[in-house]
Amino acid sequence: MQNDNHMNPPKRGKFKSLAVRFASGVPLLSWLLGAAVSVILEYLIGSGLAELLHLPKIPVLFGCVIMLKEPVLIPSAFVYFMAVYLIPLASVARLTSGPVNRLAEKMLSLSVVFAVLIHLGVLYAILYFWSDISAYRLLSLKMAMIAVMLTLSLNVINGYMGEFSCSHPGFMALGAYATSAFTVKMFAGSKLFGEALMPAALGPWLFPVGLIIGGCVAALGALAIAIPSFRTRGDYLAIISLAFLFIVKSFLENLEWVGGPRGLSGQPDYAGLPTVFIWMVACVWIINNFVRSTLGKALNAVRDDELAADAMTVNTRRTKMTAFLFGAFWAGVAGGLFAHVLRYVNPATFGIQKLAEVLAMVYFGGLNSVYGSIVGAVSLNLLGEALRPLEIYKWIIIPLLLILIMIFRPTGLISFTEFDVKKLISPRRKTESEASHGAS
Amino acid sequence: MVFFFQNLVNALQWGSFYALIALGYSMVYGILMLFNFAHGDIFMVGAYIGFGVATGLTMLAAAGTLAIPNWMILVLTIIISMFLTSFVGILVERVGYRPLRDAPRASAAITGLMIGIMLETGNLILLGAQRVRFPTLIDSATYNIGGVFVTNKKIMIVIVSIGLMIALHQFVQRTKYGMAMRAMAFDYVVIPLMGVPINLIAAMTFAIGSALAAAAGILFGVAYPVLDPYMGIVFGWKAFVAAILGGRGSILGATLAGFLLGFIEIFVAMIFPSTLRDLIAYSIILVILAVRPHGFFGEPYSAKLRL
Repeated sequence: MQNDNHMNPPKRGKFKSLAVRFASGVPLLSWLLGAAVSVILEYLIGSGLAELLHLPKIPVLFGCVIMLKEPVLIPSAFVYFMAVYLIPLASVARLTSGPVNRLAEKMLSLSVVFAVLIHLGVLYAILYFWSDISAYRLLSLKMAMIAVMLTLSLNVINGYMGEFSCSHPGFMALGAYATSAFTVKMFAGSKLFGEALMPAALGPWLFPVGLIIGGCVAALGALAIAIPSFRTRGDYLAIISLAFLFIVKSFLENLEWVGGPRGLSGQPDYAGLPTVFIWMVACVWIINNFVRSTLGKALNAVRDDELAADAMTVNTRRTKMTAFLFGAFWAGVAGGLFAHVLRYVNPATFGIQKLAEVLAMVYFGGLNSVYGSIVGAVSLNLLGEALRPLEIYKWIIIPLLLILIMIFRPTGLISFTEFDVKKLISPRRKTESEASHGAS
Repeated sequence: MVFFFQNLVNALQWGSFYALIALGYSMVYGILMLFNFAHGDIFMVGAYIGFGVATGLTMLAAAGTLAIPNWMILVLTIIISMFLTSFVGILVERVGYRPLRDAPRASAAITGLMIGIMLETGNLILLGAQRVRFPTLIDSATYNIGGVFVTNKKIMIVIVSIGLMIALHQFVQRTKYGMAMRAMAFDYVVIPLMGVPINLIAAMTFAIGSALAAAAGILFGVAYPVLDPYMGIVFGWKAFVAAILGGRGSILGATLAGFLLGFIEIFVAMIFPSTLRDLIAYSIILVILAVRPHGFFGEPYSAKLRL
């Protein structure tokens, strides 16, 4: 995985094959266990080690921030990264691969759901220990997870259905405001909304209801785009959705009872790490099932040739409608979580800049691919945070990177790939023999 | 009635900015079937180049090396900046669009978006975050025509932009290159077989669009002399809406839609509270597009287009 970190260009092939041989036969669960060991290691001895290496504190985002701010500290940050992340991760993953492979096989034969839950549990533990170090890490992690939801839901429309929808920040805004209005009115109470209607203790339990209301409001807004999409496609739909985005933003700015341009604050602190994590997992799971269902295949058919799809008994209207409402629903849920993570929203957040951000994540990660959306959202989000010390130069580097990606891989990093959970968590014995077979 | 004509004059001026920018979008869109999302920022770059040229020329004139009147400086500024900004357009085409001509169209839109961000950031790095003031080149004079107040700047802006639109129309209709552009818009695949150098024509399309955006930028600077690096975003996206509203690659359509957008925005702001401007203006556009999904002069969607 990260073993090819400092390979010399001439020896590249050799190191690469070495890395491949090292990584082959290691199941996902081993990687997760390795990551868990390294984050727990950091949790226990991180601050001591950082002090020993004369680092001001634990490097928050893998040392990137420190390296960019104070180049003198690059060696120590690098040593820290090696000692805490790379070496434990690689050694634990490699050493446990034998027994874990057997375990994975056993779990898989027992029940797929059970195996997936175990993996998710370990993943959650990793994220928990990793983000417990600092509030900044926690915030960037939550933002990355929300970005995954947003990117996935936009990928349904732009990737799987092949439209160029520009209205996603609008859906997100609708969801954010609807959810916030619900929670503030019901459980928190504020100057704008008056007394809370229900006891605050009920709040966290009814928060999912609020999110679903937010999603439904966003889906309702999506009707404004879905209905014109029956008559037109492509560019004109792009304009309609862009106009919709401007309309939503302007509408919220003029709506005094949610604060107008000043924004809406006072959302209760419901969106903790577990909540966001569960919603993200649910979103990935449901969207993945959706795009692999008959309806998802129908979406691809509509994208490739609407007329032919119609001839093949695909109900194009229903398909388009479903995809728009579905994508908008998840954008609304993501917006609701976004509002409760920041605990403040204002209409200016959901403008052209947000649109550029979401579009960049979708097209960077890869069209028509759940993998791609996850990779694109997480990597661009963390990259944005890690390059923060560069200040304004960040906005030269990230666009340049995206342009290069677009030139060399026009459909994105990992496009048109199926996200097969069962394949992902299955044991990796066969690949080892295949790899050695291929090498010889 | 006076009220109406007064706003009509304002709307004409406001609409000519939109129309000039929309023409650049519309040409690229008509000929290459691509969205040039960097165009709004080219408008901004054009305004800044105009600012640089105008400042330089006024300094020369003040030093006495260049004995020309102020209006002459303005004319020279427009011509020189249009020329310089066209190279920005050529660069954008070469870097962001030519490598992606056979890629999915959305990918090219993303590169355009990213080039736009780089232009904004580059400007911020070069000139810093403070806004700059466009030098005053012509003294404002107000004429009272039957109760309607018209400034000489407004007349100048409207005349210059309409003149540029007519020039563009003549270029596209009458010259060999214009014919090549129309042919490319008609059928992208066959045209190279006829010996038309499509790379040259594509670069020329971007250059002309950028030159028009530069003219719009300078005229904007004359009317509202404060420039900031993000001025292209809002203008660019709104002009983009106008360009598509006009219909695919239609110069007349883009012009009319640009003016229409200006009219709607000004009149909505006059009649309703001005905070409702975007809400009502875009609702009207949404209704127009729902009724006429292909814009004013566009052809209905067909598989023949390069999609």
